[in-house]
Amino acid sequence: MTVVDRDNLITSPTTGDQWELVVGLEVHCELATATKIFCSCPNQFGDEPNTNVCPVCLGLPGSLPVLNHQVVELAMRIGRALQCTVEPSVFARKNYFYPDMPKDYQVSQYDKPTNVEGFLDLPDGFRVGIERAHIEEDTGKNTHVSSGSGGGRIHDAEYSLVDYNRAGVPLVEIVGKPDIRTSEHAKAYVDELRAILLAIGASDAKMEEGSMRADANVSVRHPGDPLGKRCEIKNVNSLRSLGRAIEYEARRQIDLLESGETIRQETRHWDEEGGRTRPGRSKEDADDYRYFQEPDLVPLDPSAEWIAAIDESLPTLPAQRRSLLAQAAAVDPSAVALHVARGLDGLALAAIEAGGDAGRVLNHIEHNLAVEGAESLDPAHLAALVTMEVQGDLTATQAKTVLAEMVASGNDPATIAAAKGFEAMDTSELEAIVDGIIADNPDDWAKYVGADDKGRKKLSGFFTGKVMQATKGQADGKAVNAILAHRLAAS
Amino acid sequence: MSGSAVPTTAAAIANAVRAGEVSAVDVVDAHLAVIDAHEAEVHAFNEVLHDHARATAAEVDRTVAAGGDPGPLAGVPIALKDNLCTRGIATTCSSKILEGWRPPYDATVVQLLAGAGAVAVGKTNLDEFAMGSSTENSAFGATRNPRDTAKVPGGSSGGSAAAVAAGFAPVSLGSDTGGSIRQPASFCGVVGVKPTYGAVSRYGLVAFASSLDQIGPFSATVEDSALILDVIAGHDPRDSTSIPEALVPITPTLGDGVDGLRIGIVSELMGEGIDPAVTARVQAAAEAFEAAGAKVGEASVPAVTYGLSAYYLIAPAEASSNLARYDGVRYGLRVDATADRQGSGPWTTAEMMAATRTAGFGAEVKRRIMLGTYALSAGYYDAYYGKALKVRTLIARDFDAAYEQFDLLLSPTAPSTAFGLGDVSDPLTMYLNDVCTIPTNLAGHPAMSVPFGTADGLPIGVQILAPALGEPTMFRAAAVLEAAVAPLAPTWEVAR
Repeated sequence: MTVVDRDNLITSPTTGDQWELVVGLEVHCELATATKIFCSCPNQFGDEPNTNVCPVCLGLPGSLPVLNHQVVELAMRIGRALQCTVEPSVFARKNYFYPDMPKDYQVSQYDKPTNVEGFLDLPDGFRVGIERAHIEEDTGKNTHVSSGSGGGRIHDAEYSLVDYNRAGVPLVEIVGKPDIRTSEHAKAYVDELRAILLAIGASDAKMEEGSMRADANVSVRHPGDPLGKRCEIKNVNSLRSLGRAIEYEARRQIDLLESGETIRQETRHWDEEGGRTRPGRSKEDADDYRYFQEPDLVPLDPSAEWIAAIDESLPTLPAQRRSLLAQAAAVDPSAVALHVARGLDGLALAAIEAGGDAGRVLNHIEHNLAVEGAESLDPAHLAALVTMEVQGDLTATQAKTVLAEMVASGNDPATIAAAKGFEAMDTSELEAIVDGIIADNPDDWAKYVGADDKGRKKLSGFFTGKVMQATKGQADGKAVNAILAHRLAAS
Repeated sequence: MSGSAVPTTAAAIANAVRAGEVSAVDVVDAHLAVIDAHEAEVHAFNEVLHDHARATAAEVDRTVAAGGDPGPLAGVPIALKDNLCTRGIATTCSSKILEGWRPPYDATVVQLLAGAGAVAVGKTNLDEFAMGSSTENSAFGATRNPRDTAKVPGGSSGGSAAAVAAGFAPVSLGSDTGGSIRQPASFCGVVGVKPTYGAVSRYGLVAFASSLDQIGPFSATVEDSALILDVIAGHDPRDSTSIPEALVPITPTLGDGVDGLRIGIVSELMGEGIDPAVTARVQAAAEAFEAAGAKVGEASVPAVTYGLSAYYLIAPAEASSNLARYDGVRYGLRVDATADRQGSGPWTTAEMMAATRTAGFGAEVKRRIMLGTYALSAGYYDAYYGKALKVRTLIARDFDAAYEQFDLLLSPTAPSTAFGLGDVSDPLTMYLNDVCTIPTNLAGHPAMSVPFGTADGLPIGVQILAPALGEPTMFRAAAVLEAAVAPLAPTWEVAR
């Protein structure tokens, strides 16, 4: 386990030295276009191998690429959503031999990408710089086949099959600056990026299907030192793996450096089962991609009008939505991250505007509305529900029951509460029950009275639990606590 | 209609077929007969499409019989360079690596020709992947010059030039990256045209150097090339580098002459390294222009002297990338010599690729792939490829300046007449063949070679150069030269 302190520094358990983790993320996302980047083949995941192919995406001799307009549109949406500048760009060829690449070069953008210099704000306010977001084509997919036990691994394979359905699927690679210092922020960054991509309709951003892939450039250094040698971690298929891979890699590099060794700049693959990174290609055989301008395509120079139209069409982005809701609820933006992530911020805002108590509205959405259909809840009904709670007409438990029924039936809370026979419990009735429980459990009460604040908080659960039992959940927990406090003061 | 006279030019054939005066099948059969009689002496073709040609011709005849119009090239036999994709018909680029590959689609030009009623009679030989100036670099054997079979036809479109010179077809298509249409046209005594870059779609042309490649026609007469170009030029949405606007039709103004035109002789291409017999014919052409009312002067395009050097960095650089796809994975040759590795496990994909490319490519192709790979490599890019791009810009700028003073430019097409088979073995000497033609490719301009006399019985072509989209004016000048020196008749006449 890596210990990270308040300054985001890692303290080595062996030497006690302090280390700083530096992470830069490169995220590839497949664009949600109808067709591929340079031909009219469907851009579709999961079809029979080699069915969505044509002379162009198979790179047959004589075929030529024609850029899909929707690709540029979506790439610019991504750029603008990440606060990037859209610049005139050119396509380049990245040359290397690999069987999943039909032309043995990848059409990408090199020194003149479409989107440059932007940023992304995480829910906790941390800002990650975006170096560029460029357009490129995806490759096909290799499947390594072996009869032995090492199925799927290239080294044990007897032969390999290639599926070119994915070849020519449009990608945008979002290159983040090495601003990230913790694995938590790395995960939050990818999570936020996914939320943005979904919000703007640019990608379905599914890490498990590979439509969103994150590579992490990881290095460590002593605070204040120049950047250390980095390793690029690939094959990370979930947010959890991303966090684990970064933590493992940081630990590995610190161990190496502390034992007097050096870091080799290399690509490493995350091994999910083994919980470790393994070396891939090393610097020694690092490729020289011989980039040069793609002569089969013309430069791209989107007009100011086109860019303006994209800005106009962008929806309110997650960060803005968080800040809007946070402002309305008078809380920190990080407190409403979940609400926005679930797309229930609109409901929350409307319920608060309709007069609902902000704290209870947010609380219900966070804890009691992780259900289907929650987004269609009438905000006025939610506001009415929390008002009933505040007024003591419903206990927290009753409110939860009513809320579930509201989602299921669409009825207003008063009607549901009446139908269920929920009525506010008389205080004197509740006092009698509490007193009875104190009398029945004198030892526990003595402990309660003798405990400090912290211990008392723990023990109060025992009494509220008993009260709930006795009232079949109809009692208001806060009221019970108030009675307990009153009795304590009198004892 | 069998037995009626078969015309020799494409224009005359199309007119006769459209008018029902001669059948397309007769036209095609007459040409196939010439091919069958003399192809062994020339080896213009990688494949002669007897059945395909007869079936296509029969279709043309049915259209005529039904009262329809097959199009402006009705029944015209045409030979296609074997780097143009033809659906279901082998397209080899004269390379072992593509031997037997049958494209699942037609090149745009092939579709356009078919739509105009033309009949493809064969796929012509070339220097492998269009890399060469003699058609000796073919994996399937050299093509010989029909004017003198001891000589090369030039290259890389030597098969297409030879096919027209021999009389195998009145017209053919080639591709020109640095002179591959014009130089063989000059050697074989036929008209050869490299259009403005982007005027003719490259879709379906197997790429050598994408930013330089253009498809263009060969023919015995200037009019026939105009006819072909009017059919194959035009915007193609499948080629992103295709010019959006249509080329102005050439045929209507073909006879407009050069009266009042300003024509400049490119002085940088008239000196060292050019055979005096060739420069003499260029001077004679200038005189013919003057006689026809043009103002002829001396033009200077200083940067053209760096053209060859820039070209031999840019073209191989693009080729090294364009030819990467021939890796044995998807089509064409694959060398899987597992037997050679007994006991040491199966070959890796990288080993298979290397073995395939080693066996599949010829020496010149390998030389250019290595040259281009080097020129693009980290640490060398700026000194080589980057600098070549700057020269390219300079050449375009110098041409622009020259075209402020002149409507057209004039130069030799090739430094000499056709040389003997096997006479040039040094690659650099071979590259010098393209010194006069390369600059136009780098600038993206049109240029054409027009036969203008002979020396020691071998044809000499002169080159007319024009600014981008200047084809109609260029063709007017070509027609003037043709009027001054009659075109050479094909070596073997079609039986009448």
